Amino acid sequence: MTRFILRRVGQALIVLLVMSFVIYSLIGLMPGDPIDVMIASNPGATPEVVAHLRAIYGLDQPIMLRYWYWLVAALQGDFGFSRTHSQPVLEVLGPALLQTCKLMFASFILSVLLAFALGVAAALKPGGIIDNIVSLFAFAGISVPVFWLALVMILVFAVQLHWFPASGISTVGDGGFNDYLRHLVMPVTTLALANTGHFTRFVRAAMIETLRMDHVRTARAKGAGEGRIVMIHALRNAMIPVVTVMALSFGSLFSGALITETMFAQPGMGKMIYDAILGNDFNLALTGLLFATLVTLLSNLVADLAYGWLDPRISL
Amino acid sequence: MIRAVALWLALLCGAVAAQPHKTLTIGVSSYPSTLQPAIDPDAIKFYILGFADRPVVAFDPDRKLVCLLCTEIPSIANGGAVMEGTGMAVTWHFKPGLTWGDGAPLGAADLAFTARVGRDPNSGFTNTQTWTRISRVDVVDPQTAVLHYTEPFYQFDELAELLPAHLEQPVFDAARNPGDYMQRSIYNREPTNPGLYNGPYRIANVQQGGQLVLERNEHWSGDRPYFDRIVIKAIANTAALQANLQSGDVDMVPGEGVGLTLDQVLVLQKQEPTRFAYAYKPNLAYTHIDLQLDNPILADIRVRRALLMAIDRRSMVDRLMGGRVPIANSFVNPQEPQYTGDVRTYQYDPAAARALLAEAGWKPGDDGVLRNAAGQRLSIVFSTSTGVRARELLQQVMQSQWRTIGVETIIKNEPPRTLFGETLKHRSFQGMAMFGWLSSVESSPRQTLSSGQIPTAANNWGGTNYTDFRNPKMDADIDAMERELEPAKRIPLWADMQRIYADELPVLPLFFGSEAHVWPTWLKGVVPTGHNQPTTLWAEHWHE
Repeated sequence: MTRFILRRVGQALIVLLVMSFVIYSLIGLMPGDPIDVMIASNPGATPEVVAHLRAIYGLDQPIMLRYWYWLVAALQGDFGFSRTHSQPVLEVLGPALLQTCKLMFASFILSVLLAFALGVAAALKPGGIIDNIVSLFAFAGISVPVFWLALVMILVFAVQLHWFPASGISTVGDGGFNDYLRHLVMPVTTLALANTGHFTRFVRAAMIETLRMDHVRTARAKGAGEGRIVMIHALRNAMIPVVTVMALSFGSLFSGALITETMFAQPGMGKMIYDAILGNDFNLALTGLLFATLVTLLSNLVADLAYGWLDPRISL
Repeated sequence: MIRAVALWLALLCGAVAAQPHKTLTIGVSSYPSTLQPAIDPDAIKFYILGFADRPVVAFDPDRKLVCLLCTEIPSIANGGAVMEGTGMAVTWHFKPGLTWGDGAPLGAADLAFTARVGRDPNSGFTNTQTWTRISRVDVVDPQTAVLHYTEPFYQFDELAELLPAHLEQPVFDAARNPGDYMQRSIYNREPTNPGLYNGPYRIANVQQGGQLVLERNEHWSGDRPYFDRIVIKAIANTAALQANLQSGDVDMVPGEGVGLTLDQVLVLQKQEPTRFAYAYKPNLAYTHIDLQLDNPILADIRVRRALLMAIDRRSMVDRLMGGRVPIANSFVNPQEPQYTGDVRTYQYDPAAARALLAEAGWKPGDDGVLRNAAGQRLSIVFSTSTGVRARELLQQVMQSQWRTIGVETIIKNEPPRTLFGETLKHRSFQGMAMFGWLSSVESSPRQTLSSGQIPTAANNWGGTNYTDFRNPKMDADIDAMERELEPAKRIPLWADMQRIYADELPVLPLFFGSEAHVWPTWLKGVVPTGHNQPTTLWAEHWHE
C-alpha cells in the first residue's frame, strides 16, 4: 500500500510538472499580454510607458525563460505576484481556496447523498413511477445550464420570497454562523443540483446491474430482508464504478464553481482562475490551475484507495 | 382588540419604513486590481477611491475644475502659473489642516513625494503624463509646493491623487528592483491602513474579489457624510447584479462604466418604473469604427464618406438606445467646451451614398454588390469585440444598411483579448473595427490621431493610431494645443482638429455614451458627472 501511494505521488509530481509547462505555454500563446489588458481603452498610455511596464513585469523576456524563473522560484515556495490582485499569489489563493472548498464540499456531500437516495430508489423498480420521476429530475439537472439555474434561484428565493440573500458570503455587521449559512444555501444548492443529475444516473445504473447479480439473488433466496440486500449486498458493490465517476468529477467542481461563484458573488477559486486567465495574470492562473490538477489527482488516489476498501479482491 | 393590534402593526411598519438607512450598499460589476491610485487606470478603482482618496483637483459635474485639496486653481491670470525659460512653474497651495486618515498632515511633502515616484520609470505608474514633464519640486512650506515643468503643458492645472509620503516613502526607498515598489506598496499589502486615505471615508474591510467596506474617516475635515458605512459589492454577472438590486441586496447600481449596461437599465425601468430612481447622463465614452487606411478601398475618401452616409445613426439611437445618447460628428463630445458644431456632417442619405460610390467607380454587379473597373467586389471585413451584445446588434444593423447601397461587409468578430491585444495592436485588421473608449475632459488626441503614434515594430507596437492616419496639420494642431496655456486660445486649435477629422474621416464616428444610474428613491444628492471623475468625489453630500 505504501509503495502504491508513493508511486502515485511520484506520478502526480511528474504530471504537475508537465501541466505547469503546458499551462504556461498555452497562456503565453494567448494574444496580448497583461499590459495590453491593463491599458486597454486608455488612449493616454504612451509607448514609452507601455515599454517600461513590460520591463517591470518581466514581459520583455522570452516565455521559456520566464517559465524557468517561475519554476525555480516555485520550487522554493515563491509562486510569484498576482498582477490582477497586486498581492503574492499564495495570499490571494488562500482565502479563495477556503471559500471554494466550503462550497465544493458542502455541494458535493449534498449531491452524493441525494444521488444515492434517488438512484437507489429508482433502481429498486426500474420503469416504475419513482424511477420515472427520478429520471426526469436527473435529466433536468443534467440539461439545465448552471447560470440559468442560479438566476432562477435568485429570482425566486431572493427577489420574490426574500428567503435568502442573493449574493456575498456574509452580511456586513452581522457575520454570525446563521448569517453565513443563509448565504451558502443558494450557491450550494445550485451546484449540488447541477451535479446530482449525473451522479443519480450512475448510481441508478450501477444498482440495477448489481441487484441482478448472483450474490444478490442468493441473499434473497436465503431470506435476507430487502433493506439488508440493498444496503449491504448491493450498494457496496455498486459504489465501485460510482466512486470513480465522483472522484473524477471532484476536480471539475472547480469549473462548476466558476459559474456559481460568479452568479452569487462568492470570491472563490473558480472565478479567481477565470479572471486570472482573462487578465493574463500568469502566476495566479498557473498556480490556480495546478491546484485544480492536484485536487483531481488526489481525488483519484482516494478513489483508488476506496476500491480496496469496497472490494478487498482489488489489489493495489 | 383587533383594531389595537392592527394599529400597533401599522405603527411598527411605519417605524420600520421611517428607519434611516445608515449603510448604503452599492452593487458594481467589477473589482479593482489595486487601490494604489497611480497603478492600473481602472474605472472601478476610481469610483471606490472617490469615497476615500481625493485628488488635488477635479472636474465637477458642470465640468468646472475645482479644488478639493488646494485653495485655488493655479492659472496664468492669478499668477499661480508663470513661464520660466522654456518651461513653466506652477505653485500649489494646500488647504490648511488637511490630514490623512491616521491624523498625519497632508500637504506639499506628499506632492513632492508623489512627483518623485511618478517620475521614476520603475515605479509602475500607468499615467506618467504629468510627472515626466516635471523637472523639480520645491517645497516652500508644509502647505505650498512649486512644480517646475520642462515645457509648457496645457493640463498644468490638473493634479490627481497624492501618495502619503509618511507611509509610502519608506517603502519606495526600500525598493531595489523595478516593480518592487508596486509589489510592496501599503495599498496592496495593507489596504485598510487609514493613513492611505484622505476622503470622508476610509477602507475598513476588504474581502478580496467580493466586497469592500468603507467607514467614516474621523480625520476628515470637510462636511460629515450622512452614511455611517458604504458597502461596495462586486457581482460580475450583470444579470445577477440586476437581480441583487431587485431583491434589495444592493441599494443602488451606479453608471460610470461599473454597473449595468444602458439597455439593461432601459428594460428595468420599463419593468419597475417607480421602485427606483433612474438617471441617464451622456458621458465621454466614444463608440466609433476605425478604418484600415492601408486597404485600397478605404483609402478613397469617397468610400469612407459613403459608408457613414449609409448608416441611419438616428434610428439606431432611438430604437436601440432609447434616444439617450448623442450622435458623434467627430471625436469631441458636444458637452465639452472645445466642441464645435462647425464641421462637415453626414446625414443618413443612402441615395447620396450610392452616387458617391458611383463617382468613385463602383458599379452594381449581378448580385447587387458593387464592383470596380477591375471587377473587385466592394467587400469589407467588419470586426468588433465579442461579448458586447449591444455592439453586436449595432453591427448587424449597419451590415444590412450597407447592403442596401451595395456594400458587402463580412463580420469577423474577435474576443476582446484578440482584437485589442493582437489585431488592432499590430494593425492587422483588414477593414473596419468598431470599439469604444472612455476619454477624460479635454483629453489630447495625440495617442489616437498623431502620426507619431502609429503602432509599428519600430515603436514596439506602441500608440493607438490604428488607422495609420497621417496629417501634418493635425500633428501641428496637437502640438500647438498641448503647449497653449490659455483655454480660450486652444479653442480654435480644437475646432481645426475636429474639422480635419470630420473631413478626412479616418474613423467613422458613431455615438457618445450615456451612463445609466439606478438609485433607491430615498437617496438624494448624487449628481452624475458624465465624465471620468466619479460621482463619489462628492459623496459627503449624499443623504436620505
